[in-house]
Amino acid sequence: MNILLAGFGGQGILFTGKVAAYGGMLDGKEVSWLPSYGPEMRGGTANCSVCVSELPIGSPLVTAPDVLIAMNLPSLEKFEKTVVPGGIVMVDSSIVTEKVKRKDVKAIYLPATRLAEDSGLKGLANMVMAGRLFAETKFCSESALMDGVRKSVPARKQEMLDNNITAVKIGMKSGE
Amino acid sequence: MPEKVLMKGNEALAEAAIMAGCRHFFGYPITPQTEVAAHMAKRMPKIGGTYMQAESEVAAINMVLGASAAGVRAMTSSSSPGISLKSEGLSYLAGSDLPALIVNVQRAGPGLGGIQPSQADYLQATRAPGHGDFRMLVFAPSTVQEMVDLVADAFELGDRYRMPAMILSDGLLGQMMEPVVMDTNKKINTVEKPWAVTGHGDKRKHNIVNSLYIDPPNMEEVTRARYQRYKEIEEKEQRCEEYKTDDAEIVIVAYGASARISRSAVDLARKEGIKAGLIRPITLWPYPKKAILSRIRTAKAFLSVEMSMGQMVDDVRLVVNGAREVRFYGRTGGMIPTPAEVLNELKNIKGELK
Amino acid sequence: MKFKRPHSLTDTQFHYCPGCSHGIVHRLVAEAIDDLGIEGRTVGIAPVGCAVFAYNYFACDMVQAAHGRAPAVATGIKRARPDNVVFAYQGDGDLAAIGTAESVHAAARGENITVIFINNAIYGMTGGQMAPTTLPGQITQTSPYGRDVKYAGHPIRVCEMLSTLDGVALAQRVSVDTVKNVNIAKKAIRKAFEYQMDKKGYTIIEVLSTCPTNWGLSVKDSLDWLRNNMFPYYPIGVHKDIGAKEAKE
Repeated sequence: MNILLAGFGGQGILFTGKVAAYGGMLDGKEVSWLPSYGPEMRGGTANCSVCVSELPIGSPLVTAPDVLIAMNLPSLEKFEKTVVPGGIVMVDSSIVTEKVKRKDVKAIYLPATRLAEDSGLKGLANMVMAGRLFAETKFCSESALMDGVRKSVPARKQEMLDNNITAVKIGMKSGE
Repeated sequence: MPEKVLMKGNEALAEAAIMAGCRHFFGYPITPQTEVAAHMAKRMPKIGGTYMQAESEVAAINMVLGASAAGVRAMTSSSSPGISLKSEGLSYLAGSDLPALIVNVQRAGPGLGGIQPSQADYLQATRAPGHGDFRMLVFAPSTVQEMVDLVADAFELGDRYRMPAMILSDGLLGQMMEPVVMDTNKKINTVEKPWAVTGHGDKRKHNIVNSLYIDPPNMEEVTRARYQRYKEIEEKEQRCEEYKTDDAEIVIVAYGASARISRSAVDLARKEGIKAGLIRPITLWPYPKKAILSRIRTAKAFLSVEMSMGQMVDDVRLVVNGAREVRFYGRTGGMIPTPAEVLNELKNIKGELK
Repeated sequence: MKFKRPHSLTDTQFHYCPGCSHGIVHRLVAEAIDDLGIEGRTVGIAPVGCAVFAYNYFACDMVQAAHGRAPAVATGIKRARPDNVVFAYQGDGDLAAIGTAESVHAAARGENITVIFINNAIYGMTGGQMAPTTLPGQITQTSPYGRDVKYAGHPIRVCEMLSTLDGVALAQRVSVDTVKNVNIAKKAIRKAFEYQMDKKGYTIIEVLSTCPTNWGLSVKDSLDWLRNNMFPYYPIGVHKDIGAKEAKE
């Protein structure tokens, strides 16, 4: 499964990708994670390619995602057209009010930023999206995903671990 | 068994260099090798090593030369434009028979070019890293794990043959994270360096590290001796990986990031009944001639896939020497070829082969 | 008194021209190394230029560096082996033209190395071209009508320039034109090595030197030319000495 995550710098795009990659890896799959880098990172949009596969990964650059996670409007506008037919477009609808134009993809509108803030988890909309990504695709086992969160939160930010896991769980339940 | 972790290629490479006994890093900031230097800046002070941000690439490579002359494992890392500046030092290293590790996390060129991944420094690395008659070991990792594994080999072979070694990576491999196992128990194979300038301690004649040979017959003799060593390396150190080449009609030759993409293309082609295979050079110098030669019997055509306008294809042609068709497919300027593009090229070749 | 070769010099005969200062300066450096008993742990860097063969003359371990890069090479050696005494022997083109960046930054870092800087206001080995220290009006192969500062710019006073940097422990300009000055130069070189051994920082001894061959003068006339023309532009003396300041305090 090829995932493209995109949004503003500071929304935790790269971190979310890392959680997904770790989840896949801990489930015994081949994974890769590739960030955008350079000037486009300066205050603009950040994006990140994640591949989770049973087979060795060729290009880690995702140009035709199975899943697009768009956390701002420029990302939706730029990448919507690249999603494979039958793929998924997940939008943080607290931030992006536009609708997905494509009819051949599954559009998911999740008010991740509001859901996170309502639960006192400001800044963890990305983890809400990660939870929903898991619920929709089951790209790894639930325990691998949670371990992936544990591996990704750095030692110096361990106090944030529980909040991250709570946010993931909010995302997982959001589709029910 | 050490744990599998996710690491960026650049960071993994830097840590692998430390594991290989390197305690002296000299560099200058440039994208996309950034994390190599950043990792060294963070780690070296904690393990009694040297991280030095030099005033230029020129200074950095000459600091490497000094440290290497003093007998320690020393390295620098840069990206394409910075490697051009290191040309002088590379030539002096070779001329002084000094080992060193040089990492090139390639980006697009010429000039300032772009910062996205590229393989357009192939000819520079394998043909003309600097002025004069010399060769440099060139390793081409294609995974983050290989970014780790090849570092120790590059240091060891460089030490053994007394010559600079390059890891020719690119922005894709440097920036991506992949699962990697860092084997901290791996033995460091060191080589005695009786030639090093350590201070003679009144125990031996003074050592001289030098690349000047003012007398032509002497210079020729020294150079010939160096080329004897190169010949031995070409015999012993060629490395590559083959994938589904046994029955392949079309053999792709690709290294580094391009090899990853080509491998996917081989799988796609096989599904469509095209007998494709892949030779992935791991050493670019010495070039894995033997493997390519051995496929001339079975293959009908070769296809070099690169992130350049066609550089390694020259080497494939030199080996194949007209015996088979040799084609090229590449993207450049920071563009990365897709497996579908490579598959399309395979289909075209297949159509012409009849 | 018997005039003996210092232990730190090999018995190789110098190739320098008659009247050239290199031979005297080599000897002074070797005497300083002998006096301090550090030959066994000293590593020298030979530059590109007339002094390139210094690696054959000094009996300590030697490295030959690319043009201008001696301070970078010295940095690498010193960082790898901090207990070694490292000196870079550099000419004016090497230090103040092609290697300006390496020199300024080694000095700024306070790199614990000693630089012996031969300033003879001309490129010697390549046959007498204009150097960064060539004086205004001085005739060279590439300033055949005399150095025109409006066109070719001004000479660089290296000791003064580097003295502004906090990493410099000692910057002294000396001459070897008289016995008295030779003695001062010898003391200065020895002091520079001592400072390095005390890890005080970057030390540089600039030696105003003669090049009769490329100046087109006799040995005697070249000494007069040095005194009449170089002394006024490049005043000899201590330009920076943190040790003297420490002693006062």
